[in-house]
Amino acid sequence: MLGRPLLRTSYEADMALFPSVTQRVVFALFLLFLVAIPFFAPGTIGESGSLPGPTFLGTSDWLRLLVTLGIYAIGALGLNILTGLAGQVSLGHAFFMAVGAYTAAVFGSPQGPLWGLGLPIWIWLPMAGIVPAILGTLIAPAAVRVRGLYLAVVTLGLVFIGEYLWRNLDFITGGSQSGRTFPALEFRFWQEEEAVLSMTEPATWFGVLNMSPTAKTYLFVLVLTAVMALVAKNLQRTRTGRAFMAIRDRDVAAEVMGVDEFRTKTLAFAISSFYAGIAGALLATFIGRTIPEQWNLNMSVEFIAIILIGGIGTVTGTLLGSAFVIILPRLVADLTQLGERLVREGGTWATILDPLVSTGSGDWGLVNTSAGVAPGLSVDQLNLVIYGVLIIGFLIFEPLGLYGIWLRIRNYWKGWPFTY
Amino acid sequence: MIEAVVFAQAGTSPAGRLLVDFLSLGSIYALLAMGFVIIFKATQVLNFAHGALAALGAFLVASFATVLQVPGRWMPGAPLWLRWTLSVLAALALATIIGMVLERIVIRPMLGEELFAVAIVTLGLDIIIRTITNDFIGTQARPLGDPFGTNVWAIEGFTLIPWTIIAQVATTIVLVALVALFFRSRLGIAMRATAFDQEAARAQGIDVGRVFSISWGIGAFLAGVAGIFLSLFPRRAAGVDQSTAFFAFAAFPAIILGGLDSVVGAVVGGFAVGLAQALATEFLTGISFLGVGFAGVVPYLLMLAVLLIRPYGLFGSEEIRRV
Repeated sequence: MLGRPLLRTSYEADMALFPSVTQRVVFALFLLFLVAIPFFAPGTIGESGSLPGPTFLGTSDWLRLLVTLGIYAIGALGLNILTGLAGQVSLGHAFFMAVGAYTAAVFGSPQGPLWGLGLPIWIWLPMAGIVPAILGTLIAPAAVRVRGLYLAVVTLGLVFIGEYLWRNLDFITGGSQSGRTFPALEFRFWQEEEAVLSMTEPATWFGVLNMSPTAKTYLFVLVLTAVMALVAKNLQRTRTGRAFMAIRDRDVAAEVMGVDEFRTKTLAFAISSFYAGIAGALLATFIGRTIPEQWNLNMSVEFIAIILIGGIGTVTGTLLGSAFVIILPRLVADLTQLGERLVREGGTWATILDPLVSTGSGDWGLVNTSAGVAPGLSVDQLNLVIYGVLIIGFLIFEPLGLYGIWLRIRNYWKGWPFTY
Repeated sequence: MIEAVVFAQAGTSPAGRLLVDFLSLGSIYALLAMGFVIIFKATQVLNFAHGALAALGAFLVASFATVLQVPGRWMPGAPLWLRWTLSVLAALALATIIGMVLERIVIRPMLGEELFAVAIVTLGLDIIIRTITNDFIGTQARPLGDPFGTNVWAIEGFTLIPWTIIAQVATTIVLVALVALFFRSRLGIAMRATAFDQEAARAQGIDVGRVFSISWGIGAFLAGVAGIFLSLFPRRAAGVDQSTAFFAFAAFPAIILGGLDSVVGAVVGGFAVGLAQALATEFLTGISFLGVGFAGVVPYLLMLAVLLIRPYGLFGSEEIRRV
């Protein structure tokens, strides 16, 4: 049906993940590009810059950012299932991520001053999802009883109770002062000395490919994110997913149709917490050492920003939103430094940028690179403000988020040159 | 979250200490909660930005009273208490205007949208106001320059700071004023109608936009008042600092306890949370099993316990579910 992508003649075609050939080809190419990224980032293959390729990803710094992106995407997919599909607003996502991270630490880290069982990754990574899921199931009865805005506040309380717990359970979390380290991403069959596959050491694959630790982690997280996204996407198309959406749209009507409200909401909490736990464990292992205060309200808000900016209720939107929210701070930081340099050099650019960038203690500006010295917001603070503005802006002007913008662009070109 | 709650001065008996802590905390929570409730009762908007507005109000007071000396600089001969009171009034007026402007820019376009969406908008607003206010406050706490200084009053065996008493008076005045507003004035009826159904209210000739504007003005004003007390008593000499905005989150359990749409409930919830926290500070501090900061989470635990028994709080109106 080339040229008539909206003409569907069977139920299977209507439910297909990628209805048209073009979509399939574009997606395959995109996936190939994602897999290829670490290979043409100079410094990861043989001597630096030995293969030609786009250099904007040229530093492993950007590769680290992409790993973080993948991890955040997993967490956001979980929140999207709970908030986007099942319609339950949760501010407690950071709490479940912390539970996942500390579960991973207990199961995966070697026994030391802090608790640790030293088990291999194929135990601690699933456990990092299962334990938060069980906890989510236990909390769900309380959450199901309270509705709407009350639920938002209850989950808010969860974050604060969590912060208190992590501060005080210092035999697990290491306490506020030092925090704790997390198990490394290494594949072992059991507790043998030599890891089968280690994401923390460089290696040479097939004799020619020099893989840096970050590149290996990137590929691992990429596979995991792809699988989790596929599961989330497929969940939408099942009976359970439709039950979630029915509860979201009108819980009473859903119950009348035979959807068990209690069971459905509990399941949504469990699945969402599973995703959050996996994301939390990966994030903690990737960062290496975290303090209990990291899992705070700001982190929950960041995830809400992701699903709102990307487009609530859609997997594509969630992935777009993660990319946006993770890459934005980096761009802001880079642009601020560029602006500061231009202002120091003087000229036309300096006149334009001077009110925006503050370069020293006497110079007023919106943003500065040396926090505490110069007036204006630091880059981190500016990022928070931008999140806030984007959350408000998208809710007012484009509730479907980036995905909605993409839909509008697509529909515009579908009818081009006509407007209908 | 206040880690250690000790408002009572040294030399007070345990019972007196408990009473002073309870009254001080309770009135702060009650004032914060009433600010939440007026906005919710009039517009059905859960205002996550309330804490940020409280910090902003306190910061404005600190700036007007100490740094800018407005309007004190134009009246050099006036006594300190007069200059300070005028600064506070000027700052609160500005806070009210800011609240109304924010409502006009950010909340008004969301009129008629889903309640969740509007609540999340206020969450975005919270981040923006909190970040910018904290940047202005800086790393050091900003003193409010109140005329009482370090004076304490000694009454019948225990000593307390004057602000504890003033906060009780303020809480009572605000409570009476709000109840009168909601149940004895045309505006209050318009507010309740708006909260009940915006479209129906409009059809009855109620200016819903005006109701929104006024309730946000009052909400921001009350947030400012609560912000002043917040920076005056828990850390006496210090003043408003970066954690002030976060403290207001602890008022959420209070409004949930009382029920989101009940003014009396807000006050009862506020004092209940205050009592729980004062008791926890008095009797549970130092028990090694509970660790540090347990008094800080007591409000949330209390909230969870109450919600499990009464999902709409103690005084909240139950959502009627028709099939």
